[in-house]
Formats: sequence, structure tokens, C-alpha cells
Amino acid sequence: MLLQELSRSRMLDALRDMERLQSQFHKLLGWDREPALSEFPPVNVWTSQNGCIVTAEIPGVDPGDIELSVVNQTLTIKGSRTPDQLKDGEEYHRRERGYGQFTRAVELPFPVDPERVDARFSKGVLCVNLPRTEQDKPRKIDVKSA
Amino acid sequence: MTTELREREEVRTPEGAERTRARRTFIPRADIYETADGIVVLADMPGVDENSVEITLEKNILTIDGRVEPEQREGYTLTYAEYSVGDYHRVFVLSDAVDRNRIDATVKNGVLKLTLPKSQEAKARRIAVKAE
Repeated sequence: MLLQELSRSRMLDALRDMERLQSQFHKLLGWDREPALSEFPPVNVWTSQNGCIVTAEIPGVDPGDIELSVVNQTLTIKGSRTPDQLKDGEEYHRRERGYGQFTRAVELPFPVDPERVDARFSKGVLCVNLPRTEQDKPRKIDVKSA
Repeated sequence: MTTELREREEVRTPEGAERTRARRTFIPRADIYETADGIVVLADMPGVDENSVEITLEKNILTIDGRVEPEQREGYTLTYAEYSVGDYHRVFVLSDAVDRNRIDATVKNGVLKLTLPKSQEAKARRIAVKAE
């Protein structure tokens, strides 16, 4: 009995060691990081039967400078980010934030009603609510007994 | 975008240790520049406003903490994700003595702007080196 307990705890230790090694290995290869961003801004898409919500992180841009358009099933987000203008004698210690113009097209999962699209921007996060067209919504079909 | 966008890095905890909040914590991307009067720090922290950011300066260690409430959308499911929502944490070591009483912090459109004025003593202490 005691022997069994011992071997179990040893097995757990071994498992923990393996996990630790795995995480170190991942860190070594840089696999524990977020995948490299190829496009800006990064977007998330939330869906339901009635529509979808597209959110994007666009910090440092004024809401008035964001241009949105919906054509067929594609949402396009356009804008630009301008860096602070440095005066003579001022210098950067560190520069990690991107700047410049960006255009991002997002393919939507279903046709949406462009008239009812609603967009909000707060705390650097854009949230676009795109309701699905009525014709495209799933319809419930009643099964009648013959 | 002209500057290459790097992936958002997560804050690493010491091995075996965990954060109390079961949430991811990211290192915000930052620009830092020096002016004649001080240092300006700009940090991208989408989802953060003036009430959810905390800045502490202890000796010359500047700590920035931002809390972001996770997104909950009633009736919707997240079907595609390129970014994840989490808290922010970053620590900087300042080289110049900073006038603590005049530190100014603002948050606008998810960007934190910190202005750290150099203290008068630090300004006076600078000694010009002349070439012979």
C-alpha cells in the first residue's frame, strides 16, 4: 500500500518535471508568445444567429479618424496613427509602437444589413455591431404530423 | 504601418509562481522620449481608462499597471480571435531623478501618456565635459 502511494507521488513528480521541461522548451523557441501580427489592427469576431460583432484594438486613434465601410460581406477598417512630433534636441529612448496608415478588411460569416450597422469606439477599442439580413436568418420549420 | 509590429508579449512570472487573478497579463508596447524638461512615456493599453490604470514610482522604479475587464457579450460566441484581452504590467528603471510632485498622467483612446519632469537638482547636477 505504502509502496503504491510512493510510486504514485513519484509519477506525479515526473509529470511535473516533464511539464516544466516542456514550458522551458517552449520559452526557448518563443512558442509561448502570441503569434506575430501580420495585420493591424488585430480583430476579434463574435457571432450569434442574429448577427456578428467585430472588435478591434486601435489605441491612439481618434474615433473621427476611423473610416468604416461595409461592401457585400466585407467590413473595411481604415485609419492612421500619427507619432508625436519631436522637437530639436529631443530623442527617442525606445520606440515600439507602430504608426502610419492602416487598412484592414474582415470577411463576415454572413450578409449583413448595412443600414443597421452600428459602431462605437471607447478606450482604444472599436466595436462594430453588424446585424444579419432578415432573409439570411435561419428559419425554424415546424414539422407537422401527417 | 511603418514600424514593424511585434507580437504582444506576455508578462512572465517566476517559475512555479502564479498570479492571483486568473487572467493573462501583457507587456504594453511603449514609446519613450526625452525632452529638455523630462521624459515622456506613451504606452498602448487598449481597454484601459483613467480609472483602471495605476502608476507607482518607488525610488527610480516606475511601475505601470492596467486592469481590463474581460469582454462578455450576451448571446454571442467568440468565433475568431487575433487578440486576447488581459491586464497590463510593465516596469521601467528611470535614469534621471524625477520631480515626483509634477508627474502627469493621462489616458486617451487607450494610450497612457506619462510626463515625468526632471527635478531641478538633476538638471543642476549635470556637468558639461569640455574637450581639451
